[in-house]
Amino acid sequence: MSRHLLQIEGMYPPAIAEMLDLAESYVLLNRSGKTQRDLLRGRTLINLFFEDSTRTRTSFELAGKRLGADVINMSVASSSVNKGETLLDTAATLNAMHCDLLVIRHGESGAPALLAQKVDASVINAGDGTHEHPTQALLDALTIRRRKGRLEGLTIAICGDVLHSRVARSNIHLLTTLGSRVRVVGPPTLIPTEAARLGVEVFHDMREGLQGADIVMMLRLQKERMTRGLVPSAREFFRFYGLDAEKLAYAKPDALVMHPGPMNRGVEIASAVADDPVRSLIREQVEMGVAVRMAVLDILARRNRPNV
Amino acid sequence: MSDILFRTVRVIDPSQDLDLVGNFLVRNGRVADWGALVDTPDGAIEIDGTDCVLAPGLVDMRADLGEPGGDYRETIASAALAAAAGGITSVATLPDTRPAIDDPALVRQMRARGEETGSLSILPYAAVTRGCAGEEMAEIGLLREAGAVAFTDGARAIASARMMRLALAYARGFGATIVQHPEDPSLAAGGAATSGELATRLGLPSIPAAAEAILVARDIRLAELTGGTLHFAHVSTAEALDLIRTAKQRGLNITCDTAPPYFDLNETAIGAYRTYAKLSPPLRADSDRQAVVAALADGTIDAIASDHQPRDADDKRLPFAQAAAGGTGLATLLGVTLAQVHGGKLSMSQAIALLTSRPARILGSTAGTLQRGAPADLCLFHPERAWQVESGELPGQAQNTPFDGRAMEGKVIGTWKAGTRVFGA
Repeated sequence: MSRHLLQIEGMYPPAIAEMLDLAESYVLLNRSGKTQRDLLRGRTLINLFFEDSTRTRTSFELAGKRLGADVINMSVASSSVNKGETLLDTAATLNAMHCDLLVIRHGESGAPALLAQKVDASVINAGDGTHEHPTQALLDALTIRRRKGRLEGLTIAICGDVLHSRVARSNIHLLTTLGSRVRVVGPPTLIPTEAARLGVEVFHDMREGLQGADIVMMLRLQKERMTRGLVPSAREFFRFYGLDAEKLAYAKPDALVMHPGPMNRGVEIASAVADDPVRSLIREQVEMGVAVRMAVLDILARRNRPNV
Repeated sequence: MSDILFRTVRVIDPSQDLDLVGNFLVRNGRVADWGALVDTPDGAIEIDGTDCVLAPGLVDMRADLGEPGGDYRETIASAALAAAAGGITSVATLPDTRPAIDDPALVRQMRARGEETGSLSILPYAAVTRGCAGEEMAEIGLLREAGAVAFTDGARAIASARMMRLALAYARGFGATIVQHPEDPSLAAGGAATSGELATRLGLPSIPAAAEAILVARDIRLAELTGGTLHFAHVSTAEALDLIRTAKQRGLNITCDTAPPYFDLNETAIGAYRTYAKLSPPLRADSDRQAVVAALADGTIDAIASDHQPRDADDKRLPFAQAAAGGTGLATLLGVTLAQVHGGKLSMSQAIALLTSRPARILGSTAGTLQRGAPADLCLFHPERAWQVESGELPGQAQNTPFDGRAMEGKVIGTWKAGTRVFGA
């Protein structure tokens, strides 16, 4: 068992199930309004964010605090320190501070793995470049499992900018590991050329891709993709790959809609779908995020210092 | 200077189709004679060559030695130590330094810097374009006169088809070769690994193998148009090698080299973001690696170069996409090449030709031969002796080897420059 959570790829089903099962209990705890502040008392959690993020950072902060950890946020998104060289200087600093849990988001794929080689703390990847975002995949799986009762055998369509999405990669690894049938849907310029090798089915026509799906998972499309010419315009993207009621109708009648946030309304998703109280799980994903992160912190803290 | 007699050594010199076991005599720093009857003159040093191979000092046709401008990574003096340990006695140096080698005085200086080492001849490449910036042609005639062996913009591809056409045509008037880094810059921009499943899984920006073939195809066509002489450096893909093979069959003046990582490693060496295996061009799929091996065996590839690219630890201790590309290669050139001999893909004399006579011919150099009267630049190696590559323990300053931990079979015992021993006890 690794003391870090760097990626979903390579994780075995029991390890994933352990995290989801524990998270399930934290959902109940959170809903009851209680906390478990003795669990991580005296432990230090540092949120080290080299990229801006409100949602993920807040979620980790809340998770740490509900378990009693001392939480410190270090935001280093400004460009002068956003250099890899300081990454290892940062590692030395963190070791000197005796940090127990280190949550890192970085714009470069592999940055958390590099840091994990140099720090004593348990490293949790909160998103690295276009590589992985493991806690997002865990919270998505928990959300689906609670609503559908299972993951095995479900058809899940991941739609949009798969090429640049760490959320997509982590979800593909996790869902295929647990027996879901995963499809990726998007224009050829936003789907990795070797996508099929990851064990997914590739669709470029969204209606076909959504046919019979149990879950429609939308991805965020960054504006930069338009300026770099990967798609011609936001309106063209919405016309062919944006999720609206008409396209959603191709999925199963009880299909549910997810999005990791933040959403670009009218680009990858129509407001009417995103805000649909019956079909949209977007708010529930946020709630599950806190529970999943509590479970991850709990498990890793025990692995790193089992005797405390 | 003492005379030297190598006793019962296997002498291999592909430049004269020589492969025999006997004695080999060096007098006054030059090759004197060889054969069973040659014996030790008075006062000569005798070296037992049993089970060893004596070959011409290796001619490495592509290396960056740090200077000028990159002294923190490597110096000519430190690279000369690594070269001597690798059996290399002549090296062609890349011109994309700081400043770029685009002035005749700099070409002369590089040659002089080589002579100062006493162990390594520097055969300088000069820039095709001023500052290797790809815009204005450098003074190819004057640079040639000053001693530039060929012309290249180093690690930068000559991107513009018009510039390439002009350079090939103009250089032809001086009998000069243009050496291209064959990688379409617009397809390669920002890329850190070869396109494929691994890059997708690691979330790394990637470079398609086609980026190489596209530039190779274009430049073959331009060489045909101009009648120029063209050499492709560190070719790494099956597709590009097929294009080169066909062009050679059509009689065009085209040659190419590769470097040990491209026939010894594949993309999986980058594993979990191992930046020492980040190279330019990137390590490819294993099918490409196998195609490189086949092209070495069938003669499509003319030379094996070290492609030595010294990097400082700080250049490499970075997230993968930000880390500098390039690996050291001087000390491992022979050992990795011999693996293809031990594996049965190349004969010993083929391997030595790829490291001596064939690159020398492309560079128009008189090095890489054991002809009587030639300066005694020699490499004595034991083809079976084992050692292990260990980053941190390699000769020379730069330690960024992509072969860290690799077991090697074949070790340099001694290196001589013009009859003077420059490596080995």
